[in-house]
Amino acid sequence: MPNMSKVKNPMPCQDPKVRAHNFKEVTTGYTEEMAKDEAARCLQCKNPFCMAGCPVHIHIPEFIALVAEGKFEEAYQVIHKSSALPAVCGRVCPQESQCEGKCIRGKMGDPVGIGRLERFVADYHNEHSTAKPEVPASNGHKVAVVGSGPAGLTCAGDLAQLGYEVTIFEALHTAGGVLVYGIPEFRLPKAIVRKEIEGLKAMGVKVETNMVIGKVISIDELMQEYGFEAVFVGSGAGLPKFMGIPGENLKGVFSANEILTRSNLMKAYLPDCDTPIKQSKNVAIVGGGNVAMDAARTALRLGAENVYIVYRRGMEELPARKEEVEHAEEEGIIFKTLNNPVEILGDEQGWVKGMKVIKMELGEPDASGRRRPVEVPGSEYVLDVDCVIMSLGTNPNPLIKSTTPGLDTNPHGGIIVSEESAMSSKDGVFAGGDAVTGAATVILAMGAGKTAAAGIHEYIQNKAK
Amino acid sequence: MYKIVRKESLNPTVTLMEIEAPFVARKAEPGQFIILRTSEDGERIPLTVAGYNREKGTVTIIYQIVGGTTMKLDHMNVGDCLHDFVGPLGKKTHVEGLKKVAVVGGGVGCAIALPVAQKLHELGCEVHSFIGFRSKDLVILEKEFKEASTKMTIMTDDGSYGEKGVVTMPLKAAIEAGENYDEVIAIGPIIMMKFVVATTKPFNVPTVVSMNPIMIDGTGMCGGCRLTVGGKTKFACVDGPEFDGFEVDFDEAMSRGRSYAEFEQHAREKACNLFKEAK
Repeated sequence: MPNMSKVKNPMPCQDPKVRAHNFKEVTTGYTEEMAKDEAARCLQCKNPFCMAGCPVHIHIPEFIALVAEGKFEEAYQVIHKSSALPAVCGRVCPQESQCEGKCIRGKMGDPVGIGRLERFVADYHNEHSTAKPEVPASNGHKVAVVGSGPAGLTCAGDLAQLGYEVTIFEALHTAGGVLVYGIPEFRLPKAIVRKEIEGLKAMGVKVETNMVIGKVISIDELMQEYGFEAVFVGSGAGLPKFMGIPGENLKGVFSANEILTRSNLMKAYLPDCDTPIKQSKNVAIVGGGNVAMDAARTALRLGAENVYIVYRRGMEELPARKEEVEHAEEEGIIFKTLNNPVEILGDEQGWVKGMKVIKMELGEPDASGRRRPVEVPGSEYVLDVDCVIMSLGTNPNPLIKSTTPGLDTNPHGGIIVSEESAMSSKDGVFAGGDAVTGAATVILAMGAGKTAAAGIHEYIQNKAK
Repeated sequence: MYKIVRKESLNPTVTLMEIEAPFVARKAEPGQFIILRTSEDGERIPLTVAGYNREKGTVTIIYQIVGGTTMKLDHMNVGDCLHDFVGPLGKKTHVEGLKKVAVVGGGVGCAIALPVAQKLHELGCEVHSFIGFRSKDLVILEKEFKEASTKMTIMTDDGSYGEKGVVTMPLKAAIEAGENYDEVIAIGPIIMMKFVVATTKPFNVPTVVSMNPIMIDGTGMCGGCRLTVGGKTKFACVDGPEFDGFEVDFDEAMSRGRSYAEFEQHAREKACNLFKEAK
């Protein structure tokens, strides 16, 4: 008999008052009992909608049935067939708009906690499994992967499984891309990312850090001089967007990428770190996505007294994962929704001393289907802040495009690819993730990495015939 | 790992290092920069390429000891390895088609101006170098500049060597005397570059400056290196580091450059104490 409780087993968390001052993981994960109890809520639908909602099509009912039986390692093997990074996805996927959003139990109560179960299973495996991954026999074909974020890691993992000799080129000094520089330790411990990358290396994948492809070696050179038969470009999104309002280049105004990179990649939150990070008292984050939540909660942990999310639409429209918004609220982040900055004010020394904000109201729906925010005339006021963090998304990075002749991009700068194979306009060059779509989610990038791996396999096998 | 194969002190606070980095050496061009870390968990610091040897696979950097990281770097020796060394980053200096150029260097900026002068010289361009230092004991690369220049003028603030004064004085005199430069390339402290532009603008001589703002990744991701150029926000790491001097907001760049002044002071003291204890 399934467990007919209408509510999900709650996720155990660190107390909000405690965690607001540390960088340890916020959620501590299900126990075996909780996992089995939650798994028993799954109705084992014959035609599971949840799978249709998963960008990498994990066999969700199958793994959940194994969890209910206490066969956790077997459950892991089911997930791992479809996802290279289960411990990551269980933590950062927007389940409410994917698998769980489609779950039939969600019609009358909470959906099954698929994400929490995925994380439980992956953590169980990481803790208990001693099995070394099998190193597949080489098929003699070399593939280069540019970027070691979720798209690149997934693509590399799938190709390595098929016997390809894969080399990942990473621009930074540490592999992991946004999983390392972007998502904070308290949401995705870096040890988990390292473990996933070690797993790939154990399968024979080579990782070359400090290699900015497009600068140190061009895509053409990778193929012509270094013998790579195909290249996957998963270089991520690039240049942070700013609003274009007065005062944006004052000291104390940062992009979310900068604050997160300083804190996560460079570990500036540690007291003895060589990389500086500004200590602020009152911080405004402009934007409402996951990155904005990460920046806000990082600012709080760095010691800010008041942290505001300034967002031009309403609470309902926040694009961030629901759980992140809830966690942020619990920790004391102040949401100034229906507010939009018009100017950042500076003192004589060029430091931020406030932000002029105008109130908004929602009007008619715009092209995205969301109601367009419009200014309320005369409603300007000054928010007392000494730091402003812009979290407005990114524009594509020009490095690869500008150094790769024959690589077509769309007007936004994203690389144009075939939907089926992920091949670009350039023969043998494939792409996926934010480099194609602009800023999106980890799981979508992983889905694109998977598609590209299949596309590369087909391309090389056809050529070999 | 990136081995130090040569280390030479150019003056009491400026050091040259040649680093084994074959991939970077193959591609580096004047005007571009690298980012290094001395050790794991170290800070990433950008330094402009001061030279390269494609056959040997080495890249030369010249740095001034100003903060904690350059102090740590200076305590490394031939045979030691840098933890990270990435590049070449940024755009190379535009040198094509130039017939007559004034290269202006100030202090340690001369280290970056030199490869530009050498490249121009190699391409058959007439190079007039104006290099300035605070005093005689801080003069660097004099011989190298002489070899790469048609004409060279050395200035010192206190007159202890060359002529007394700042580089803009002989530059202005040269322009007034009718030297028709296709371009002036100025590399040095922001304040110097600001005054070079103030000198050349009335004569409408195109002037290129090399900016060296605060930077983390250097690949167009963090936005820390942004500058206002022609009223628009630009990123030094991918749009620069060289920009049209007439368009750069130098005052803003100077202010932003001081963002971490207090932290740097502290880091310097910390590194100092560390090395004192080690002795």
